[in-house]
Amino acid sequence: MSKTAECPVCGAEIKLADDAVQGELLTCDECGSELEVTSLDPPQLDEAPQEEEDWGQ
Amino acid sequence: MRIGFLHSLIRREEKLLINEFSRQDDVELVMIDDRKLIFEMGQNGLQLDVLIERSINHSRAMHALILFESNGIRCVNKSQVALTCGDKLLTSKALQEHGVPQPPVSIAFTEDSALEAIEKMGYPVVIKPAVGSWGRLLAKINDRDAAEALLEHKTILGSYHHSIFYIQKYVEKKGRDIRAFVVGDECIAAIYRESPHWITNTARGGRAVNCPVTDELADISLKAAAAVGGGIVAIDVFESENGLLVNEVNYTMEFKNSIETTGVNIPAKIVNYVVKVGRGEME
Repeated sequence: MSKTAECPVCGAEIKLADDAVQGELLTCDECGSELEVTSLDPPQLDEAPQEEEDWGQ
Repeated sequence: MRIGFLHSLIRREEKLLINEFSRQDDVELVMIDDRKLIFEMGQNGLQLDVLIERSINHSRAMHALILFESNGIRCVNKSQVALTCGDKLLTSKALQEHGVPQPPVSIAFTEDSALEAIEKMGYPVVIKPAVGSWGRLLAKINDRDAAEALLEHKTILGSYHHSIFYIQKYVEKKGRDIRAFVVGDECIAAIYRESPHWITNTARGGRAVNCPVTDELADISLKAAAAVGGGIVAIDVFESENGLLVNEVNYTMEFKNSIETTGVNIPAKIVNYVVKVGRGEME
């Protein structure tokens, strides 16, 4: 059965993909917030970290 | 085979790579979150055949690679590649030493000498932080007034590494540049990054369009990759009146916009390369 977690920003219920992994980024369809899967058992989402100065390529 | 997967946030690229690794027989993927990693000097807790680095932070990636290599773990990419590509000054030095064409570059360490270097180079120029990505804090300077203002702001407001002034001659790009993907000794694909803005990064809104890998593009891309130490790298290339010029080299390449665009399964190519390194079939 698919796991669900609550959006920490707007409270919407978000369905996690079967192959979701810890650390994965996703976007809340309701409020558009960028979120991180911080736990799979139990399923938990937090707001994704803000971009830092040495991020990216 | 045990393959370490060094990461922080799992972006679309990392997810594609994880899925691709899961299709490999005889591969156990060991996920290593750099936010939780504690490295005890002299202790090798992880028995890995190879490690692939996919951290989003350059500083963590580079230092972690140095530490893993010190424990005898083969890494993709090597720490030396991360060190060189993570610093535009070191990248330019490597390209110069290997005879790879690049735009004119000057380095200066003070406000006055930077202004003198800009005036000598001729406008327009681009000033970039030596360490930085995604087009952050790039500045195109068209005249002396702008140069004086920007240099003063950087000197007063910037942290110390903004006072290493990396000055590059602006190259007229006609609305696009090229990103070429190199895996080992093959240039596997390339895209044009099209944008009406002079900054063409796809992270800044540039549009990805397939770019044929010509012999000329493959040649300069492979030379640039070799100059920084090889492995899996993405080469940013300008098309100038005087031929192709290498702008930058990226060592934790982002490719999510380039798979469908090019028709090349980039994550599969990366995974095959990492497995070969793990087997000791490649350096």
